[in-house]
Amino acid sequence: METGFLLPVLDDPDTLPFWEGAARHELLVQHCASCGIARVPPRPMCPHCRSMDVAWEPVSGRGTVWSYVVPHPPLLPAYSEFAPYNVIVVALEENPGLRIVGNLVESADADLNSIDPHSIVIGEPVRVVFHQIDDVTFPRWVRASG
Amino acid sequence: MTDGIKDRTAIVGIGQTAFGKGLPQSELGLACEAISSALDDCGIAASEVDGMVSYTLETNSEVDVARSVGLGDIRYFSQVGYGGGAGCGTILHAAMAVATGQADVVVAWRSRKRAAATSRPWAQVEARIDGPGQFTRTFGLLRPVDEIAMLTRRYMHEYGATRDHLANVAIAARKHANRNPNATMYQRTLSREEYMNGRWISEPLCLFDNCLETDGALAAIIVSAERAKDLPHTPAYIHSAAQSIPQEHQTMTNFYTADPLRGPAWECANALWAKSDVKPSDVKVAQLYDAFSPLIILSLEGYGFCARGEGGPFTDNGNIELGGQLPVNTSGAGMSEAYVHGFNLITEGVRQMRGTSTSQVEDADSCLVTSGEGVPTSAILLTNAVQ
Repeated sequence: METGFLLPVLDDPDTLPFWEGAARHELLVQHCASCGIARVPPRPMCPHCRSMDVAWEPVSGRGTVWSYVVPHPPLLPAYSEFAPYNVIVVALEENPGLRIVGNLVESADADLNSIDPHSIVIGEPVRVVFHQIDDVTFPRWVRASG
Repeated sequence: MTDGIKDRTAIVGIGQTAFGKGLPQSELGLACEAISSALDDCGIAASEVDGMVSYTLETNSEVDVARSVGLGDIRYFSQVGYGGGAGCGTILHAAMAVATGQADVVVAWRSRKRAAATSRPWAQVEARIDGPGQFTRTFGLLRPVDEIAMLTRRYMHEYGATRDHLANVAIAARKHANRNPNATMYQRTLSREEYMNGRWISEPLCLFDNCLETDGALAAIIVSAERAKDLPHTPAYIHSAAQSIPQEHQTMTNFYTADPLRGPAWECANALWAKSDVKPSDVKVAQLYDAFSPLIILSLEGYGFCARGEGGPFTDNGNIELGGQLPVNTSGAGMSEAYVHGFNLITEGVRQMRGTSTSQVEDADSCLVTSGEGVPTSAILLTNAVQ
């Protein structure tokens, strides 16, 4: 049972579109609707042109591993059960300057620790999949070759 | 006054409690003890204190502290944010208050009982995560050590730094603590083998890459440079001080900028050195914030002691130990003396200026003290004579 995992708020107008997109199995990145510059993580105003007009645009869902860690206890109980697991930062294919935190797993609904964390290599290609916990759908990552 | 606060104020009194786990005093009691001891250290009456500065993390309110210690009418009070980034900022705020005449005698302090739930914000499980944490913590990047480990792994990948470099940092701190009877790790040595066998906390960081968990409190008294001359100890003049939130910075999980490994230390250093007659090459001792060992390596680069990517090799051959080119964290600091969000780095900087450190650097006439790297930060440059 996947209980006790930390879940995001689903009532923040600045971030809700990301989670709504994930629920539709779309990886969305917030862009400024005025100057077009992407920004991660989401925020209400564009730091380049101060526009508050926002466009949430889908990205390919492909990228490479920029870095990763392997947490060991002490951890919150839900996570401790799967430790050691991995957390990765993915650099997106469209713009490697755009990075997203996630987990590398064997398949969309596999356990958090389904990949041997010591097999992870910085720079290896990954692609997005989606996994639901309670009322939240999370993007996760699998090896692009897998 | 074009020179701003330069040399206009000094730290004249320092005080601290015992360090330990499960100390019997309350968090308020610890704060009162440290402040009282700092007042005794400089011979200033409690009723003369008219300014107070601490961290936003501090749970003791100014009013509770002031009416317990018997402080005077308080005319200036402020708190500095961002956890361990705040420490030197409290000294900067105090110095500005004194230099501008808003207060005459300011106490800066930090008191902490690790057992207090509010002391570990990352361990508090909200029903739902908001803010930027919803894009990191929900994936199991839970603790500060996980967040810094992510940057560390990338740093090792880009620059070829190794666990031996991280071990250099942990071992240097431990050697200094072994000379400091007040340090938690005074009687416990640390070998490279013990370091390498240390259990993982968040790979690539092991137990010995992490700071201690400590109950304790420290305080410092700041007055004008004129008044400092009449007090018992060599003043630790506040020659330069700076705070920094760089553009687009995100606290701890700074994965989203063009150059995530260039943290707040760099801009803080630019602001600090721009107002300083002392340059990095003049500095003979430094207290660098060390919640995690890689922060030392990043800070050595950020504050200009070596180039980008050279922070690891800089720690080789005992270079940051007493007797080396730049002894760092001469009290044992957060990793081996006590972790009180870096305030013990400030008091150790003062001791180096007085010549009373248990790892005294003989010809040290200035000391750099920094606060947390990876968060909005601050730094001070102390000197033992007006430049």
